[in-house]
Amino acid sequence: MTTTTTATPVLAARELRKNFGRVVGLDGVSLDLYAGEVLAIIGDNGAGKSTLIKCLTGALVPDSGTLAIDGEIVSFKRPQDAQERGIETVYQTLAMAPALDIASNMFLGRELRQRGIAGSVFRRLDKKEMRRRSYEAVQKLGIQTIQNITQSVETLSGGQRQAVAVARAAEFGSKVVVLDEPTAALGVKESGLVLDAIKSLKDRGLPVILISHNMPHVWEVADRIHIQRLGGSAGVITPQSHNMTDGVAIMTGAAKL
Amino acid sequence: MSLTTTNIGTVNGLTGQRQSVSRRLQHLLHTNPWVSPLVILVLSIAIFTIINPAFAQPRAISLLIQQTAVIAALGVGQTLVILTAGIDLSVGAVSILATMLSAVLAQDAGLPGWVAIIVGVLTGTIGGLFNGFLVSKLKLPPFIGTLGTLSIFTAISLLLSGGRSIQATELPAEMSAGGERVPIGPFDLNIGVLVVIAIYIVVGYALSQTGWGRHVYAVGDDAEAARLSGIRVNRVLLSVYAVAGLIYGIAAWVLIGRAGAATPNGIVDANLASITAVVIGGTSLFGGRGGIIGTVLGALIIQSFTIGLSLAGVDDQFRVLAVGFLVIFAVAADQWIRKVRA
Amino acid sequence: MTSVFTSKVARRAFAAATAVAVGLTMSACAGDTAAPGADDEVKVTLILKDLVNPFFVALQKGAEAQAEKDGVNLTIASGKKDGDEEGQIQAIENAVLKGEDGILVLPAGPAVNSAITKAREAGLVVIALDTPPDPIDTTDQTFATDNFEAGKLIGEWAASATAGTDVVIALLDQFDDRIIQTDLNRDQGFLTGMGIDTADLGQNGDEAQTGTFSGGNYTIACQEATTGAEDGGREAMENCLTANSDINLVYTINEPSAAGAYKALQAAGLEKDVKIVSIDGSCEGVANVASGIISATSQQYPVNMATLGVETIASVVRGGDYPPVSDGLDFYNTGTALVTDATQDGVDSITSEEATEICW
Repeated sequence: MTTTTTATPVLAARELRKNFGRVVGLDGVSLDLYAGEVLAIIGDNGAGKSTLIKCLTGALVPDSGTLAIDGEIVSFKRPQDAQERGIETVYQTLAMAPALDIASNMFLGRELRQRGIAGSVFRRLDKKEMRRRSYEAVQKLGIQTIQNITQSVETLSGGQRQAVAVARAAEFGSKVVVLDEPTAALGVKESGLVLDAIKSLKDRGLPVILISHNMPHVWEVADRIHIQRLGGSAGVITPQSHNMTDGVAIMTGAAKL
Repeated sequence: MSLTTTNIGTVNGLTGQRQSVSRRLQHLLHTNPWVSPLVILVLSIAIFTIINPAFAQPRAISLLIQQTAVIAALGVGQTLVILTAGIDLSVGAVSILATMLSAVLAQDAGLPGWVAIIVGVLTGTIGGLFNGFLVSKLKLPPFIGTLGTLSIFTAISLLLSGGRSIQATELPAEMSAGGERVPIGPFDLNIGVLVVIAIYIVVGYALSQTGWGRHVYAVGDDAEAARLSGIRVNRVLLSVYAVAGLIYGIAAWVLIGRAGAATPNGIVDANLASITAVVIGGTSLFGGRGGIIGTVLGALIIQSFTIGLSLAGVDDQFRVLAVGFLVIFAVAADQWIRKVRA
Repeated sequence: MTSVFTSKVARRAFAAATAVAVGLTMSACAGDTAAPGADDEVKVTLILKDLVNPFFVALQKGAEAQAEKDGVNLTIASGKKDGDEEGQIQAIENAVLKGEDGILVLPAGPAVNSAITKAREAGLVVIALDTPPDPIDTTDQTFATDNFEAGKLIGEWAASATAGTDVVIALLDQFDDRIIQTDLNRDQGFLTGMGIDTADLGQNGDEAQTGTFSGGNYTIACQEATTGAEDGGREAMENCLTANSDINLVYTINEPSAAGAYKALQAAGLEKDVKIVSIDGSCEGVANVASGIISATSQQYPVNMATLGVETIASVVRGGDYPPVSDGLDFYNTGTALVTDATQDGVDSITSEEATEICW
């Protein structure tokens, strides 16, 4: 797994700044994501990882700075803008409605309508098709344990929920998939499920941005590691160039890159 | 690789593992929250029929349906609002404003019947839009916002009508057409009832078969998740309150037919009655769960208590007591249903 | 969806359902459950305006007592609050459904008229109590109190008692958000008795603020709603005093609100300078007349109304006749008497001692 240095990054951010009142969230952060790679973002609490992600995915609007997709400047006012550009995000909270079933959550906000008059005039949902595609998306990620697409999300275990969220991102993400702390609340077995899913995304050519504070997981799947510190970037390393201890040291400011 | 079977939720026995009886009942009620009120309704009718066989006659059932119609209609709007984890305390006030405005205009300004009815429905919709604006744009908690509009709309109708009632005989015939009898088989219904049934069909379709319906549930279940999924939460909220207002406007017309008059006293305690029907019907006050089937069942249950206890010769004080217990029971059941092991 | 109703589930569910059923049955058995069709027994539903106003409670008790004597099976129903017409409509419909012989109703408003007519068409005897319906022939008979007359009596007394002075009046009504006949009639009756021009008799609060009454000049300092309760009366009086502390005459819709108004005056140290007039004639109210809290009150007879109503309905259902209406009126007037210990010439009254013997 070497870092690819194709000319144009799939996603490029330059000098992103975001303040919350007098609190500095992001202090001029730049970042590049290339095709087919897994870029991890690590940092201590309050370093700005979540803020950075939200700015990249339209959940927050940065005060200044630019974003570019395949070299083209873009700006996102709401999450749907980023989604329309092919950036899919799995937030820490998963952004799933617990009472609704898996298929409904898969297509939440982009429900499929039936063909013809039923769909256009009566706006009737094509539930059968949504269920079929949801089942496929879940299977594609290799999640064998979910057999019933109509069960509600709250009846799933933590790992299964995470897997469904990842499957959703994979299904609709055409450019980038962003994962915010996907293994934070999971045990060993379930984390394995998610990490396998990430690798499967990469195999399909989808670049992945991964935020995590679980160093072993990061070192296992990441190609490059962007270190966030105190609202700014402390540098980019690779699992080959630095080991976990070094990485943590840079993250906490004990060492410099 | 697969997770152990104990991690899977209560599903269809596919895992081969027997779930406890109460867990399976809980799951059934979880996915179909209206089963519980249906059982209570059937039980109530059965018991009251045993006490006085007149209850199961077509006459009594017809009366039950007629008496429930207005609250059932208001309950649809209330259900929509509660599904979004909101609440609408102005339901009665909006309806009365629509009733009195349309009646006053018909009587004093000589508006033709149909125009007055449309004015009433529009009034309701605008009232609902205003509520929606308060909740979605100004971000007021629905309880506070609709508490305020309750007073505002009540005051406006008072200023308009001076608190007087206007008899149906002083109004164009169309305005009280809701009361016109429509015999169907052995049952004695009226146009108002048919209109309410139509409302249920339309809204029921929208809630279960369209994207808008799904969004309503999602916003109530987890508004932030809905927002992050690209749903325009503010628009959904605005539309819900506006649709509710529209329904209150139609209910206002049904009310004139029922009472034979445009009166501010036609639906005393409408907000409490509609909320009670919604809660007994299994819709959760926390949003995201339930539906309008439960609401009409809830309204029927309350009204069947009224008729049933009356047929049994029981004084009104006890009816009020019984309904109170019913509400507590319904909310406790809802709490139990919500306890799902993750 | 595979069925989850295994026999175990079904059994548990029905156990729970039976518990509910038992609860319902116990609740239902708390009332009268005489089997339908008991021969000489007359079945009547009494429909009140609300369940809490002491006037209606006294009426109910009177009706229940008479029902026992006359072999009447009496069921109590009511609107949710004063003015609730829909609640009364439902009660009337249910009574017809139940196969009652008759209905005693205190009409909350004109919307109940069509329900009453349907009940009579179904063969029930319907008698109005307390408030004459409009039109008067909506019911078979009416036993009511002339609330306008009641107001007029205290108005005449007040006019006489304050003649030659300038009066500053506080009007404490029942409601300001709906029109209730009793509220309207008592208020307008009082003003008429005072000799004040009432403008529109169908509307409270439309009178000129200043002008002349039969004994001099008047100013209406305020008009407030009390909901007919003591705390409401107190609050209304306090608001009035804030607006104008020269008030020397207070009209109150009923005696509980009068008691509250007195407390407010007492707190302000003004109770000696102000005359309070009221209507009801309850035993508490009459005692207040004796102790000087209320200067004059019009006494009404709800127990009489109820007694006559039950008697008549029982007799008519069994084939008897209606008693004739009172002279000059189109209903049977159960009477009003002015109660005061400060008699005025030209206004008949009884003393508080006499009133105590017939109070309710």
